[in-house]
Amino acid sequence: MADNQCSPLTQRENSVRLFGPKTPGRAGREKLDRFIPQRNGLDAEHGMFQLGQENQGSAASGDGSQTTPSKEEYKKLLAASLNIHEQARVLAFKHKAPAPPEGHDSGLASLYSANLGAAPSRKQFRHVPTTQERILDAPDLVDDYYLNLLDWSSNNVIAVALGATVYLWNAGTGSVEELCTCKNEGDYVSSLQWAPDSSHLAIGTSDAKVQIWDAGRAKQVRELCGHTNRVSALSWNGSTLSSGGRDSVICNWDVRKRKDEALVATLRTHDQEVCGLKWSPNGQQLASGGNDNMLCIFDANFQLQHKIAAHQAAVKALAWCPFQSNLLASGGGTADRHIRFWNTLTGAQLNAIDTGSQVCALQWSRHEREILSSHGYSKNQLVLWKYPTLAKAAEMTGHTARVLHMAQSPDGASVVTAGADETLRFWRAFGEPTTASSKGEQKAASAAGTSASMLRSVSIR
Amino acid sequence: MASQAVKSRNTISLKGSAQIVSEFFNYAVNSILYQRGIYPQETFVQKKQYGLAMMVTKDDGLLAYLTNVAKQMTDWLEKGLLQRLVLVVTSAYSNEVLERWTFEVQTDAAALGDGPPPEKPEKEITAEIQAIIRQITASVTFLPLLEDPCTFDLLVYTDTKSAVPEEWEESDPRYITNATDVKLRSFTTKVHKVDTVVSYRTADA
Repeated sequence: MADNQCSPLTQRENSVRLFGPKTPGRAGREKLDRFIPQRNGLDAEHGMFQLGQENQGSAASGDGSQTTPSKEEYKKLLAASLNIHEQARVLAFKHKAPAPPEGHDSGLASLYSANLGAAPSRKQFRHVPTTQERILDAPDLVDDYYLNLLDWSSNNVIAVALGATVYLWNAGTGSVEELCTCKNEGDYVSSLQWAPDSSHLAIGTSDAKVQIWDAGRAKQVRELCGHTNRVSALSWNGSTLSSGGRDSVICNWDVRKRKDEALVATLRTHDQEVCGLKWSPNGQQLASGGNDNMLCIFDANFQLQHKIAAHQAAVKALAWCPFQSNLLASGGGTADRHIRFWNTLTGAQLNAIDTGSQVCALQWSRHEREILSSHGYSKNQLVLWKYPTLAKAAEMTGHTARVLHMAQSPDGASVVTAGADETLRFWRAFGEPTTASSKGEQKAASAAGTSASMLRSVSIR
Repeated sequence: MASQAVKSRNTISLKGSAQIVSEFFNYAVNSILYQRGIYPQETFVQKKQYGLAMMVTKDDGLLAYLTNVAKQMTDWLEKGLLQRLVLVVTSAYSNEVLERWTFEVQTDAAALGDGPPPEKPEKEITAEIQAIIRQITASVTFLPLLEDPCTFDLLVYTDTKSAVPEEWEESDPRYITNATDVKLRSFTTKVHKVDTVVSYRTADA
């Protein structure tokens, strides 16, 4: 009888347990066509327990036997372990607590992530050594603001013109080589620039000649005539060589062409000596600065794009930004003292710094957003500026006369400066490249490093 | 005379015990609400209690709610009807129960009758409560982060014999499925023994 009574019940109970709270039935609920009650609020274990009790009760009445104390105890323990409180009534206060304010965030997330350690803090200014690494004597260096007498090739060779002679100083080995000397008495080299292949050197002279020399063989390969006065600025763009002179003309030569056809364009925009000349890294624009305080931007077809009269003095220092195209920095002479930043597409001035001193040369860092400027009277210093904040990151002093020329090492870490005090000084202004972009660069950098100790003070001549 | 005073201080009456337990509930609930970030931190003020700096809400609505609950709870405690107090933390978005703090109360039967009042120095009780509050504070280290904004509710388990007060309603126990339980310390006034358990939803595997 007991069996008859309870068997359908237990079966039903089993089915309840089958679809107990562990069944992930939420997805399947809609597919079933029969009613399955909401079980979240249903205490299935409690139901099971009570059913068992009912059965037991009926069984007991049927048998007439008594429940033993141990059974009672077991039941109690079972009830306790199943978290059943038969005589409990679960109550909640009708008026609920006010909800936390809308949009309140517990702020514990920060606590949970606190164990990850502090975020790596970037030092605002890295350490910049403010003294030079080494000094080379450079006797007879012409103290003339309008000339460009120093360049560092990607082969790690520094070319410097001392008076009438061009010297090549290998920064890797420290060997010095005399490349050429002007033949006529009283003439001097007024500009030089390494070709992109770094085996040819363009030289401008005071007798209005542009010469191209093969540095490996120490032989002149070309002589280009077109200027009528000294050639004070040179810039390469592939096979095109642009030269600016005291005759205020910019000549553009295609060095692949025959001598009489080589002059492809003559730009007569400036009124006075052209002393600054730089092709942009992408070869799309040519910037020129002159003693007429003008800054001119030409496109690759030698069409004048902008003629800017912002500087109050000669514009010699020009530098194209390596990380942002169309960004040009230009520095003015004694009466101007400003470094100005230009968008060369629009011709708009983006920024300006009053440096308080003549700006002789500018170099952008290739690794950091920094620009280095070299100055004249009164401190003859180098200043490292952050861009675009234009905060002064470091000031380097050492030269005892104005710092006329500046060139960057092939690895982009060092800078060599030529001052009117007839010295070349090396500065580690830009620091190490964070990731060496090529093995060659790395090698060049290490070579420069090893030679540092051995050539602390070497005279070029 | 002095010995008499000391003695009377150490005896725990039913009423006094109810007061202690109710007070503990109030601070524990406040502590949980603060530690679990259920209410903004700026709505809490510091208060010295149990030799600890406790954070107590200054939100008027919440204060009123807690006072009402505490009043009723003291009443039940004095009659020995309160079995459990449960603080349920639910997600405001999904209404899912994420955390369940259970304070189980066991009332000494002898104390309810006319038996002699048990003795226990107040200092000891305070020390025990202090340990629990410290555990609640430390629970932040093992409890999972409450990512959603949460609300809470207090559930009270009472004897079925007791009448349901007007302002109270019956509720379901609001269990957590797949819960992990962590038992915290207990304290006893020798009249009431309070066990604390926190259950939280285990992270979905």
